Amino acid sequence: MPIAHEFDYVKPASLDEAIAVLAEHGEGARVLAGGTDVVALLRNGAIAPEVVVDVKGIEGLADIQSAGDRLFIGPLVTFSDLIESELIRKRFPLFYEMAVKVASKGIRNRATIVGNICSAVPSCDAGPVLLVYEARVLILGPGGERTVHIDEWFTGPKKTDLQSGELVVGLEMSSSVQVCGGSYVKLGRYRGEDLAQVSVAVLVSSDYEYHVAFGAVGPTPVRARKLEAAIKGDKPTDEMLEVARKFIVRETSPITDIRATVEYRVHMLEVMLERGIRAAVARLNGGGPEYGTRHI
Amino acid sequence: MKHSITLNVNGEEWDVDVAPNETLLEVLRERIGIKSPKVGCETGDCGACTVILDGKTVRSCLVLAVEADGHGVLTVEALSKDGPNELQQMFIDRNSFQCGFCAPGIVLAVSELLATNPSPTEDEVKEAIAGNLCRCTGYTPIVEAVMEFVGKDEA
Repeated sequence: MPIAHEFDYVKPASLDEAIAVLAEHGEGARVLAGGTDVVALLRNGAIAPEVVVDVKGIEGLADIQSAGDRLFIGPLVTFSDLIESELIRKRFPLFYEMAVKVASKGIRNRATIVGNICSAVPSCDAGPVLLVYEARVLILGPGGERTVHIDEWFTGPKKTDLQSGELVVGLEMSSSVQVCGGSYVKLGRYRGEDLAQVSVAVLVSSDYEYHVAFGAVGPTPVRARKLEAAIKGDKPTDEMLEVARKFIVRETSPITDIRATVEYRVHMLEVMLERGIRAAVARLNGGGPEYGTRHI
Repeated sequence: MKHSITLNVNGEEWDVDVAPNETLLEVLRERIGIKSPKVGCETGDCGACTVILDGKTVRSCLVLAVEADGHGVLTVEALSKDGPNELQQMFIDRNSFQCGFCAPGIVLAVSELLATNPSPTEDEVKEAIAGNLCRCTGYTPIVEAVMEFVGKDEA
C-alpha cells in the first residue's frame, strides 16, 4: 500500500538549518532518522506531517565518543553501530546486550537508539538501559540547548518531553562507577522482530548498589527506585531475591494486551528480575554469561 | 514537490523523479523494474522487501526513495547476472525454498552475514535471517544449505 499522505521532504545540511525548518513548521514537522518507525507511521496514517525533516545530511551526528567516564551517543547512531563499536563492547557492554535484542538485522542497520526513545513506545528496548545508566537527553531548540534527565523524558505512551521545534542531538551519560555489571533481559514471542512483552535492565556497582528498570509493564519504561533501595548493599541471596520480587507490584502497572496478559507479565518479571540480577552480579565479579546472551 | 534523485542500482545509474511519499521499494519495482524485492507486510516485520543499501540490508518498504538519493542499492539481480551464484546454487541444490517469496530477502541477508563473517555458526545464521519470515519451509533447509555452503554441514 503506497503512502497516501503527501508531504514535503527537506534534508538540512546543518543543525542551524534543521532548527530553522523545525521552528517554521512546528507541529507540522517530523524528524526522520532511520525511518523504521516514521515511514511505517506515515503509511498507516498515524502521522500526517507537512514536512519530513531528514537529519541524515548533518555531519557529526553519528558519533559514539567517550572521554573519561563520559559516554556520548549521537542521534544517528544505529543499533548496528552500537553492536559494531569496540568502545561499546569493551566499556559499555550493556548497550551491546540490549542492541542485539532489537528487532532484526535489517531494522538494526537503520533504526537509531535516539529514534527508539523518541518513538517512546512503552516496550522500547533502549528505555530501561538508558534509565539504569541515568542518561541525559541533549536537546537543541530555537531557544538554544537544554538537557533532560531520562527520568523526565518519557511522559506517557509514545509521549516525551520533546517540544515542538526541538531536535535531540545526543545522549550523554557518565558511568561514575567504572566497575559494574549489567544485564538486559527481554521477553518476546519470537526471535527476530518482536516488541518486548517484558524487559528488565540491571546495573550493579562494586559496592552492590543496584539500578533496575523495567519496560513494557507500564505507560513508560520505569526505574524501580524503591526496589533498588530495598536490596542496596546485598548480594543476590535467595532472601534478597525474595525481597526484590516483592517490590515488583509496587513498581510496575502492567496491562493485558495483544502481546501478553497481566498474569504472564508479572510471573515473567519475577523470573527475569532474578536472572537479570544474578547475571549482572556474576559479570561484576568477572564471570557470568557473555554479554549478548538471552538469559531466557 | 518531486525530487530528482540518482540511484545506483546494481551498478547502473538511474535518474528518477520521485515524490517524497514514494518508497524505495515502490521505485525499484514500479519505476526501475527490479522485481526481486517483494511487497510483503510493509511494516518492516517480514523482510520480503530486503535490499542492500550501502552494504547493509534494509527494509526497502521503510526507506523513502528520496532518502536513497546518491546511494547504492543491490538486489539479488546483481548476484545472478551470470546465473545463480554459489550460495544461490546451494539453495537450489538443497531445495531450500518452496514458493520463493522470501528467497530474495534471505539470500541478501545471508550474503550480508557472509561478507563480514565467512564462517558463521548455525546460531549466527539463524540470527541473520530471524527478520525474514518464510511460511513454507520452517527454515530448516535454508539454514542447512548455508551451513553446507560454509563447510559446516553435518550431513
